[in-house]
Amino acid sequence: MSDEILVDIDQHIEAHVNVPGALMPLLHAIQDDVGYVPEISYSRIAKALNLSVAEVHGVVTFYHHFRTHAPGKHILQICRAESCQAMGSEALEAYVKKTLGVDYHQTTADGAITLEPVYCLGNCACSPAASIDDQVCGRVDVERVNEIIAEARGA
Amino acid sequence: MAITIYVPRDSSALSLGANRVAANIQAEADKSGVEIHLIRNGSRGLFWLETMVEVRTSKGRVAYGPVMPKDVASLFDADFINGGAHPLHLGLTDEMAWLKKQERLTFARVGITDPVSVEDYVAHDGFKGLKNALTKSGAEIVKEVTDSGLRGRGGAAFPTGIKWNTVLNAPADQKYIVCNADEGDSGTYSDRMIMEGDPLVLVEGMTIAGLAVGATQGYIYLRSEYPDALVTLNEAIANAYQAGYLGEDICGSGQCFHLEVRRAAGAYVCGEETSLLESLEGKRGVVRFKPPLPAIEGLFGKPTVVNNVISLATVPIVLDKGGKFYQDFGMGRSRGTLPIQLAGNIKQCGLVEKAFGVTLRELLYDFGGGSASGKPIRAVQVGGPLGAYLPESQFDTPLDYEKFSEIWAVLGHGGIVAFDDTVDMAKMARYAFEFCAIESCGKCTPCRIGSTRGVEVMDKIIAKQDHAKNITLVRDLSDTMLNGSLCALGGMTPYPVLSAINHFPEDFGLKKGQVA
Repeated sequence: MSDEILVDIDQHIEAHVNVPGALMPLLHAIQDDVGYVPEISYSRIAKALNLSVAEVHGVVTFYHHFRTHAPGKHILQICRAESCQAMGSEALEAYVKKTLGVDYHQTTADGAITLEPVYCLGNCACSPAASIDDQVCGRVDVERVNEIIAEARGA
Repeated sequence: MAITIYVPRDSSALSLGANRVAANIQAEADKSGVEIHLIRNGSRGLFWLETMVEVRTSKGRVAYGPVMPKDVASLFDADFINGGAHPLHLGLTDEMAWLKKQERLTFARVGITDPVSVEDYVAHDGFKGLKNALTKSGAEIVKEVTDSGLRGRGGAAFPTGIKWNTVLNAPADQKYIVCNADEGDSGTYSDRMIMEGDPLVLVEGMTIAGLAVGATQGYIYLRSEYPDALVTLNEAIANAYQAGYLGEDICGSGQCFHLEVRRAAGAYVCGEETSLLESLEGKRGVVRFKPPLPAIEGLFGKPTVVNNVISLATVPIVLDKGGKFYQDFGMGRSRGTLPIQLAGNIKQCGLVEKAFGVTLRELLYDFGGGSASGKPIRAVQVGGPLGAYLPESQFDTPLDYEKFSEIWAVLGHGGIVAFDDTVDMAKMARYAFEFCAIESCGKCTPCRIGSTRGVEVMDKIIAKQDHAKNITLVRDLSDTMLNGSLCALGGMTPYPVLSAINHFPEDFGLKKGQVA
């Protein structure tokens, strides 16, 4: 853990300490900046917000969105919810897992892509849906997902 | 004079390449020396035609779609800026049958205006409801909402006016308005379309709610899966502050209302109002016992209105045109309109706002055009992952809270997901348990343990292991979850499970008509 990251984290804590219900916005700020919520930050957050380390740990791990380890360079999410299932997302997720050689919550060997499931992106009118980082993709077929993967790998 | 062109910024349109379409239009216009005014509007909700580009002409707005980035050059060649003929030409937007058949009240402006422009909002009847509300007392505002018959559009269908009245009459030094924008149900996207397509109507609705009950602070709890909506909402809120529609002195009335967006973090259960409040307070999204109701002890222990996006976004038109106007739409005890979202295996997916009473069949076939795959529609799930699966024999049921409850189904948030005849309903029942297991907050045992046991039992049924015994077991387990869970997540997971078994027994190794 570099000191630089700790300085960043302390700045986020400083900026949020007086916000009502500060913990969620603070965790978002840290993850947006660092890419995940490092465990080393828990005690600093706990002290600033007058919480126990267990409470901070409990919140970080309750929510699917927060990560405790650095992800790959890009995050690919495949929607697993009903609307996308009705349009063949199961075959798509099998293809993606095979192509990337990883299961959900894992990162490819080259560090380029972390694969995550997601339960609805609100793009149900254009199922099956996926997203790469913050960009939603609609009517995703094998050809489209290959493009997304190639782009993420910088090919 | 510059030509006005509309390209949606709605995230579904973006998912199909709207940003590249917009960039190509600007580049092509620059190249040919045509002066254009590009407006990034919301989506009109005809998603099979996205990216749908519109051009303002002397006859009205002319639509083209679905436009791919590569089509832009040929559109310019066809003089589309003057409404010229082209294979993608769809005619006047206002004349499109799909839109003409609708009753758009809550969605009146979506796709029409520039979502973040206060000026455009006001030019299209925006803030009229707020202006009326500023001349009324809190009790009078609440009465108007009660008279409209508006019921919570998040799914629970609780009368909005009655909830507000409880908060109005709860004495406190601080009250809150919380907008539940954690739209997690699969097959739903109407909240997102409002937030990306007409966010100021939500700002107005929440401000009116604040005036009604005496709350000065509002929070929009927005799901983290909606990053585009976050941007649009924040822009709209900043513009509303700038124009004096939010802040210490709303429209010079001396009344105050502040509004802030808070991001959720991917927990489905936080769509349940008490776990949402826990989350806003910075805690794990664990469901609270009720009572006390959030209306009495809500956010930070203070009286709090928690309403869905659509409920709050409907308030401005109620205050503008009166409760009676809104109440005149609908059937039975379901008054007004419902923004219905067509999703899944449907040819023409999109947003249909209709008065209650429209049937599923009309929605699936007249609006939806049947399945996308061309195969028969076999099952339809209405109301998200906790909604029942309906077979073809129930497609004539009118959309009405009570009619749906008569057939042991729910309308929920108005999402309709269609499946063709390749669907395996035993797998869908298994998935319902699996989803519940992933998303359970863990507080009550029926949900926490029951969901996992449900997956195991479904696996045995699918493997035809001790078949009759396990069908009995899954029914017994469903009964426990239905009656013993603390909130709707565990309490309604049996809806998809049991409706699948009852309506599609053949997928569970039972004979047709045999209900074990």
